[in-house]
Parts: sequence; structure tokens; C-alpha cells
Amino acid sequence: MSELLLEAPAPAVRGPLRGIYAGNTRSVVARGLRVIARNNWLIVVTGFFEPVFYLLSMGIGLGALIGGVEFYGTEVPYAAYIAPALMAVSAMNGAVYDSTMNVFFKMNYAKLYQQMLSTSLGPLDVALGEILLALFRGLLYASGFMLVTTLMGLNLAWTAVLAIPAALVIAFAFASFGMAITSYMKTFQHLDYVWVVMMPMFLLSATFFPIEVYPQGVQWVIQALPLWHGVDMIRQLTTGLVQPSILLHLTYFAVMILVGLVFTTARLRALFLR
Amino acid sequence: MIEATGLRKQYGDFTAVDGIDFAIEPGEAFGFLGPNGAGKSTTMRMIAATSTRSAGDLRVLGFDPETHGPEVRAQLGIVPQADQLDEELRVVDNLIVYGRYFGLPLDYVKRRSEELLEFAQLTEKRTARVDGLSGGMKRRLTIARGLINAPKAMLLDEPTTGLDPQARHVLWDRLFRLKEEGTTLVLTTHYMDEAEQLCDRLVVIDKGTIVAEGSPAALIREYSTREVLEVRFGSARNGQAAEAMAGIGQRIEVLPDRVLVYDHDGEAAMSAVHERGLSPITSLVRRSSLEDVFLRLTGRSLIE
Repeated sequence: MSELLLEAPAPAVRGPLRGIYAGNTRSVVARGLRVIARNNWLIVVTGFFEPVFYLLSMGIGLGALIGGVEFYGTEVPYAAYIAPALMAVSAMNGAVYDSTMNVFFKMNYAKLYQQMLSTSLGPLDVALGEILLALFRGLLYASGFMLVTTLMGLNLAWTAVLAIPAALVIAFAFASFGMAITSYMKTFQHLDYVWVVMMPMFLLSATFFPIEVYPQGVQWVIQALPLWHGVDMIRQLTTGLVQPSILLHLTYFAVMILVGLVFTTARLRALFLR
Repeated sequence: MIEATGLRKQYGDFTAVDGIDFAIEPGEAFGFLGPNGAGKSTTMRMIAATSTRSAGDLRVLGFDPETHGPEVRAQLGIVPQADQLDEELRVVDNLIVYGRYFGLPLDYVKRRSEELLEFAQLTEKRTARVDGLSGGMKRRLTIARGLINAPKAMLLDEPTTGLDPQARHVLWDRLFRLKEEGTTLVLTTHYMDEAEQLCDRLVVIDKGTIVAEGSPAALIREYSTREVLEVRFGSARNGQAAEAMAGIGQRIEVLPDRVLVYDHDGEAAMSAVHERGLSPITSLVRRSSLEDVFLRLTGRSLIE
């Protein structure tokens, strides 16, 4: 019917990734962007306001009563203390929302991954593409929030510009882990468990007050959770009080990203290519 | 082109496909005919490299789908049983985005999508929402989507199940055109008329095993008579009447709602029934179909 028909190119990936990766993640990302452009751009915008409201109520309101908080030996105004924490939280929330709710819907109702995996795409292309989309949402939230905090004068050092890539690292880690966990969920009720974990983590991870108020044992628990690493990392950057421990935080997230990716790819394979 | 030997698929204790052999040639329209649960879809998914086999050997376009999944899928067109269209995208975007999954260039995919919309008679629906399409349109869009990568073989799982008769005929017409252009078609169906219309060759599959193989005409010749007489006496009296008809035709089959008499001359069988003083409520002489072949081979109807 056509003068010239192109056959699909054979995926050129060799080695241990052959069969699970076709090097075509961009088509998965492009699909997501097209859907956002056509339908959901408003939903993306709404997620931006939540941390802004927290910042206004807690930072400005409560901050007037509290004054300053000590961070690595330096007194920091309360609003400037919680702003980076809220940025870490918004990166986390954007990524988690996308990689749980949205992925759950696509997996179980829209059957999107079955469609993708009946083409030459491999499970790693799909996992990476979906995670990058969650990252894109994290980037939007983080950049918008950064703009607000800059206007409010809450970024105390030039290192604050590094908070955006740092927020992306956080979003990447949560998205890759979130997608793997979502693959085990069978009903919408299971999704509630995510928020049962997220809510206390949000409130307790040195978001609104220093971690030193807890007894040593509790501190260890909180330091084992990912959000604390995110909060401390971004806070070091926006206040300019950068510590060697930032490398530890980055390592924590690098491991989380890697484990999440391997886990998600394995799950997609188990679910759709069994 | 596609070759299986001793192909098996086990889910826990349940054996969905129990050691089947088949070989599909290029340009052929090959069918898997069998009732629901016979193992047709499982077999299709193994060919399509979206399911792994438990035992046996399978070669698709020269590759082992187990280790070369993306390579195999790159050359196949898949039409799954449930349409599985991307409902968040418009009609034409379904084709474009799907083409991009294969790594095809965007401008090519855009041009090709318009041609395929025309082929699927969906050009005036190009920017419509997918969830507003009729069942027949959705299926045609799925077929168009499956053609975007110029596949060497099309796999169609129950292509017309759930469609009204008119939509089925439109779809068959499109599939005929593909066949004429030399596309290899592999399809599953539990409709014997569909198998007769579309398939050059088919295997009858039941409970995970192949019970017969051949062209529709050859299967009918081998396992049935030229004509069939269908007589109904009412469900309570069919069995009794069948006993009274013993000896008429070559074979008699009693179904819950009717009695089938297999004979080369249906009219003669009918006169023989009347000569024995039996008066059926309705009677009908028809040509043998694959339904009769299936009944003969398994003792059951295709659609129960």
C-alpha cells in the first residue's frame, strides 16, 4: 500500500542487557509528555502548591514565634530552615505520586505496559522511561518551589542552585523504588499503605525541627530512611553549610536508584513477559 | 518462519499447552482453532515473545523468543484479544506513538500512520478519542497499529470475537487484503466460519494438544461427510429419536438440542428419517463445517 515500507530496526543492545533493553527509552518518555501536553498539565501544576502553602503557614507564621534554628553550628532563620526540607518533600511527593498512582493505573487498567512490551521495547526501556517521567514532574515541582524561595530570600548561598539537581536525584530514587513497589499492588487500597509510610516520614525526617531532639535510637531509625538524607542534603546546599556528609547522602541515593531499577525491571519482566 | 517442537507451557499444576508441534510458512494464513481455554492464546503469547515456554523448542523468524524477545517482537504485528489501545491518546497518536516504540523515525511514522488510517477506514476519526470508537473500529485500529512496523507476520488473537456480523465482514475484508499482499497471518479463533474463510491451513487444538491438522477442506473431507442433516425433536425426545434413526447415514451425533446425521447425501438421509415414521419439528440439510470436524474429534461443540 506504500511505495516504501520501513521495517523496525533490530535493537542493537548486546551483552547482559540484551532482551531487557532496546535503547529506546525516549519513545516511552515522548509518549508520557504527549499525554501530559494533551490532558494532564493542570494536575502537574496543582502539586506545586502544597509545599508553598506549608512554607507560608509554617515558615512565615510559626517562624515569627521561633526565630532561628541552629544548623551545623550556624543560626538559620526558621523559614530558611524548613524551605529546603519542603523542597525535598515536594521532589519526593511528585516522584512517588507518579510512580505509584499513575503507574498503578497504567499497569492494571490502561494495560499500557502490555502494549509497550509487545513492541521491540524491553522492560528496562519501560521502567527507565516511566521513572524519567516521574523525574520530570519532580523537576517541575522543585524548580517552581525554588523560584518561590528565591523570591522570598530563603536561599542563603550560591550553592542553592545545586538544590535542583539534588532534588532530581531524590526524585529518581523515590520513583525507581516506588515503581517496583507498585508492581506488587493489586487493589487501590494497597496504595494507601504508601501514604501510611510517607506521612510520618514527612513529619519526622528533620523537616520542621533538628533531628537532635530525638533520643539516639530514634535518630538512627530516621537516618536510615531516605527522606532524611534528602532533607539534609538540600538544606546543606541552600544554606551554604555544605558538609562532607553530602557524599554519604549521594551514595545512599545512588544505591537506592540502582536497586530500584534492577527491582522494577525484574518485576516488569515477571509480570508481563512470563 | 515459525516453528515449534514439543512446545509446552505449565502454570503451576495446570498445563496450558501440552507439547505441540507446528510449522508456519511465509505468506501463509495459519489458524489455531479450538474452544476457550484450549491453549490458543498461550501459544500466541509464546510466539509473540511475551510469554516464556516451560519446555520444547520454538523458533520465530530465526530467533529464540526467550533470549531475543525485542528482536522477535520488532518483526511481528500483534493484535491482542482485548484491544489494549492507549486511551489517553487520540486515534492517530496511537499509531504514531506505537511506531516510535519500534524505534522508527518520527516523520516516517507520521506518513505511515495516515496510510494505515486509510487502510483501516478510520481517516475521518483520526483525531477522535479512542474510547468513543465502536468495537469494530477499535479492532481495525488495533490491526492498523500492528502493521506500523511492516511486520513479517501478524498475530491475531480472536480477531472478530465480540463484533457484530457486519463489523466482522469489514474486518475479514481487511485481513484478506493483507493476505493478498503476502503478509503471513497467524490467528486463533473459535469460530469455524472464520477459520474456513481466512485460513489456508489450521490446527485443531483441544486441552493443550493438537488433535488434527490440515486445510479446512481437507479436514472436512477427512473427519466429516459432505453434508449434514440436522433434525430437532425437542430436547426430551432427541435421544429416543436418535435410536430410532440408527443406521441412517454414516454416523449420528446427539447434541442436547438436535441430532446430527452425517451423510454424503443429506436429502436422502432426510427421506430415510421420514420413512421410519419420524417427524422432526425442524430439519435442515447443510454442508459440513469445521464445527463438525471439531465435534468428531473431541465429542464437544466449539462454543458451549
